[in-house]
Amino acid sequence: MASTIRVRAVAGADTTEVQSLIQHPMDSGFVKDSAGQLIPPHHIEVVQFEHGGKTVFTALWGPAVSKDPYLKFSFKGAKKGDDLKVSWVDNKGASDSLVAKIQ
Amino acid sequence: MLRKLLLVGALALGAAHSALAADKVDPKAEFKAFRDYFVGRFPKVPLDDFVNGPYSMDAGLRKQWKAIEEFPPYDFAVDKGKEMFAKPFANGKTYGDCFPDKGVGIRQNYPYFDAKSGQVITLELALNQCREANGEKPLDYVKDDMAALTAYMAFTSRGKRFDIKISDDPRALAAYRKGEEYFYTRRGQLNFSCASCHVQSAGNHIRTEVLAPALGIMAAMPIYRSEWGSMGTISRRLVTCNSQVRAAPLKPQDELYRDVEYFLTYMGNGLPVSGPGARP
Repeated sequence: MASTIRVRAVAGADTTEVQSLIQHPMDSGFVKDSAGQLIPPHHIEVVQFEHGGKTVFTALWGPAVSKDPYLKFSFKGAKKGDDLKVSWVDNKGASDSLVAKIQ
Repeated sequence: MLRKLLLVGALALGAAHSALAADKVDPKAEFKAFRDYFVGRFPKVPLDDFVNGPYSMDAGLRKQWKAIEEFPPYDFAVDKGKEMFAKPFANGKTYGDCFPDKGVGIRQNYPYFDAKSGQVITLELALNQCREANGEKPLDYVKDDMAALTAYMAFTSRGKRFDIKISDDPRALAAYRKGEEYFYTRRGQLNFSCASCHVQSAGNHIRTEVLAPALGIMAAMPIYRSEWGSMGTISRRLVTCNSQVRAAPLKPQDELYRDVEYFLTYMGNGLPVSGPGARP
């Protein structure tokens, strides 16, 4: 199975811009299926971006975040060629992670 | 003939379809009339840009789309399709064995008229025929796996120009004509034809959405629609088009739907494959 994470980080003059897309159903727990049964909540709870052993970005996500969420942010102190680690954990304990090179 | 038909449509007088059947089928002339209508109506849109549907008509939407395309939502489907395509069936064969050039870069040749079976073969149908020939269960036509496979096949064909052939075989001409008739026939509680939206009102807003022009409308398939929150195939698009005008949809890959696809894709001949696409 291919990774559930897509990430692109580009180092600029001052900051590094990070874009990511994570494949996840993000079921809120409030929606019913075609048989009228509630679809149990299944969503990412924590997303983390690490650079040089330091967490540069943490997102605490809940039921209000859309399916296959997209995230964009920028941070200071990275340069081209550095590693950026992305990881997520969902409410069922599933997780995925990926290390990307900063471009 | 087609131009007359378009004009009649544009005046909202309703087209006289009984007159259609009596005419000789001349796809080449109709192709020219169809293209001339869109080019004449949208002189500022470069021809190849019609395949980008609503984005060719609306600057604001286009800007959003450019941002989306930097990180396209159909990416996961392309990857999944690639994996499925490479994975052998239980008998060791793969999808590639069913198609010319191993299935890579061939989207622009579908649908085609198969003289042997006397029907229009679309890419979706061909994929399921391939599965069944290899002892696998057919896939659901509207989304998920089928969308992933066609997304991958379209992706490998990007930029190639559509080359749909309508031979002199009377059955091919009949399929083309049936597809054309379906496209221009009003139906449903709202009494809309496909053409009401995608010819007559192309580029106009329907609520918040911009209607895609029928010219090149097949080129971006399959699509990730934000409205659906997932990928959809040509089958899904046709079925939902019908239900949106409150008409009873046909079964996915019904003969008539395939004929419509044959007609519409032929009308977009010469335009580049842009699929898979992202749409609002």
